[in-house]
Amino acid sequence: VKIYATYNIKGGVGKTTAAVNLAYLSAADGNRTLLWDLDPQGAASFLFRVKPRVKGGGKALIRGTRALDEAIKGTDFDNLDLLPADFTYRNLDLLLDDSALSSAKKGPAERLARLVRPLAAEYDALFLDCPPSISLLSENVLHAADILVVPLIPTTLSVRTLDQLTEFVAGFNGRRPRVLAFFSMVDRRKKLHQDITKSLSAERPGISPTVIPALSLIERMSVERAPVTAFAPRTQAAAAYRDLWSQLR
Amino acid sequence: MVSDPSALAVNNTAVEDTISEALGQAYTVTADSAAGRAAMGSGARRRTWLDTFDWRLYAAGLTLEHEQTRRGGRLILTDADAPLIDQPLAEQPVTAWQSGRGVIRLPDGPVADRIGSLISPRALLPVARAVSTRSVFRLLNTDGKTVARVLVDRTTTAGTELSPRVQVAEVRGYPAQARRAAAIIAAAVAPAAESLFVSAAVANGALPGGYSGKVDAAITADMPARLAVATLLSSLLDTLEQNVDGVLRDIDTEFLHDLRVAVRRTRSGLKLLGDVLPADLAARYKDEFKWLGDTTTPLRDLDVHLLGFGDLADGLLAATPDDLEPFRGFLVRQRAREFRRLAAHLRSARFRALTSDWRKALTELTEPGAGGGAGVGGRAGGRRGKTGARAGARAGARSGARSTAGSLATERTARAVLQLTRRGAAISAQSPAESLHDLRKRGKELRYLLEFFAPIYDRAAYRTVLSDLKKLQDCLGDFQDSQVQREEITALARQLLTGGVGGAAPADAGAAALAATLLALGEINARLAANQQQARADFGSRFTRFAAPATQRHIQTLLTQGTLPALPPQGDQ
Repeated sequence: VKIYATYNIKGGVGKTTAAVNLAYLSAADGNRTLLWDLDPQGAASFLFRVKPRVKGGGKALIRGTRALDEAIKGTDFDNLDLLPADFTYRNLDLLLDDSALSSAKKGPAERLARLVRPLAAEYDALFLDCPPSISLLSENVLHAADILVVPLIPTTLSVRTLDQLTEFVAGFNGRRPRVLAFFSMVDRRKKLHQDITKSLSAERPGISPTVIPALSLIERMSVERAPVTAFAPRTQAAAAYRDLWSQLR
Repeated sequence: MVSDPSALAVNNTAVEDTISEALGQAYTVTADSAAGRAAMGSGARRRTWLDTFDWRLYAAGLTLEHEQTRRGGRLILTDADAPLIDQPLAEQPVTAWQSGRGVIRLPDGPVADRIGSLISPRALLPVARAVSTRSVFRLLNTDGKTVARVLVDRTTTAGTELSPRVQVAEVRGYPAQARRAAAIIAAAVAPAAESLFVSAAVANGALPGGYSGKVDAAITADMPARLAVATLLSSLLDTLEQNVDGVLRDIDTEFLHDLRVAVRRTRSGLKLLGDVLPADLAARYKDEFKWLGDTTTPLRDLDVHLLGFGDLADGLLAATPDDLEPFRGFLVRQRAREFRRLAAHLRSARFRALTSDWRKALTELTEPGAGGGAGVGGRAGGRRGKTGARAGARAGARSGARSTAGSLATERTARAVLQLTRRGAAISAQSPAESLHDLRKRGKELRYLLEFFAPIYDRAAYRTVLSDLKKLQDCLGDFQDSQVQREEITALARQLLTGGVGGAAPADAGAAALAATLLALGEINARLAANQQQARADFGSRFTRFAAPATQRHIQTLLTQGTLPALPPQGDQ
């Protein structure tokens, strides 16, 4: 199984939209795909019309009293399943650090990686949609992932946080995820956006040439409650996500 | 994919409307998207149901289907009494499927894992072919989320349209919704009387469960003995004839095995019960059935060697399985030769005359208005038949012909038990191997008698006695099989060494390889000898148990219970 994580310290940068569309494209390619909505706000769950609720909450999942696969829901799309969000996920940090779990030899930062291991037999691709933060949860996600997919708003500041992230990941012992950033919510009418996307994607490695534009069609996803790549596959927005997916698979 | 419900009893053509209307009370019902339809196998599917010749899957409550769509082929194993909710027990994709050919080799995978040992060594045969088209509906909850799918299959086979079948496909994580939808459908449409598999099989002229290697003659205790024996022999002839085609097509080794058992049972029937038949019918067919039995023996022996080859090779200590490969190749070539020889016999005029004359003779006895025993013999058994009138009258005069099946069963079974116990008691540690072989034959005769008259015995008592007898027979079987195999291995080793019949020896194999093979065979020979010694050592205690009062009481119970008349008092037992 290949594990993808969409991550950014900041919220509202198109992280969930990316996770939902990339997971859909992965499934459409024939990969058995699971998307875990780790964000207690449950945006990804909402987009797939699944209630943001897990029996026993995050505690049962993290402690292993309830197997992950019992909580999984089938989406309306072939090959694509969802592990829904739950409001208790806001406490995942505490749960991951729970001393009751300290029997495990490895540190708390790798707990999530161990938790998803049993899913390897059932899925070809696993997408982790993280809440925006720097926390033990995000550290867990960084450790579990093979590829970090990082949406960036075209500002100089956001590129600095990418540098910080890349540096942090580079410090991992053993397995390190590949980092792929891309510019998201790009407004073509703004000159600053144009300048930054052009210059940075050219001069800095690890930034995708693909740009996800700020389009009202992408915002429509919350009305359609489906990936834009599914309900409007012949649009510029869908083409941009397909482009991005082609660099990830 | 076969599932019980639900042919709409009335108005079949509108099953979709009826279901949609019922489900509409609880869900938004919508036709599935193109992608969803494809995923659910919409469009035409070519289906082939498979089972062994003796319906092992059907008997085990399983249904195996091969399904071919534009997306590829797959094998699907389901519970025959599958609930309305579609849940295959196992499935596996199949590439390069050759459903057009008679025999199907099961490729490795989850389905093979599940049923491999159940069907071995039988092959899978196509039972029925059909084409199904499927329509798919999605059931949406108030969030517009698909929580279940409804699949309606319309199937055509052999030019007939079968009643439509409805299933619910569960969406992962929504099992309660699938159950709810199934309950709504079950209340709205009447279930089908039989599974789609059975309907399709019957439409194609096959009867699931219609063949078993067991004796299943329809006899009753108060039936005239002659009619009962003729009925029994007819049923054995049915079994024999049903297996000829499978032997000739070399589908699997069980066809020959079942054919041989039918011949052996026929021979035992003629020997033990033949005196109730008119004239010298039994005497005239005795030799022909011996010929038939003997002619099948070489091929069966080779089949047994080849079937047990893996176990033999795995049990080697000093030698390696590779050492036996030349021997296996040799067996395979021998088998090909023996197969051709047997096939020629089964296609011969002699064989055809045997079965058709025997059939004629039996039919005249079993069908009403055949005119009793007189005159039967002349038209039957044409090969060496004497004229029947006089002989028939003579047979009719015998007491056996006037008795009932019940009294015949009691008398002959009691006699067989007596013989077995007497001969067994006479065997000591010094007795020759022959005496054990002979005892095994007597045991087999008793077993066949029990099987012949099984329908008139009390079920429980019958099973108890059969299991008592089986313990003794297994021991005697081990003893004799080991001996026979040793003799055969010795003979085959000699043929292997000398180049055998028609230069069958591996000419390119060097002396070293040949020596390795012979050493491996020597090791096997030693193991067989050890098995045989063990069986011989076990015999005493096994027989004591069989002759013990408990077992004898079981037999008494069997022979006096149910519809049978009382067992006549036995003198010097």
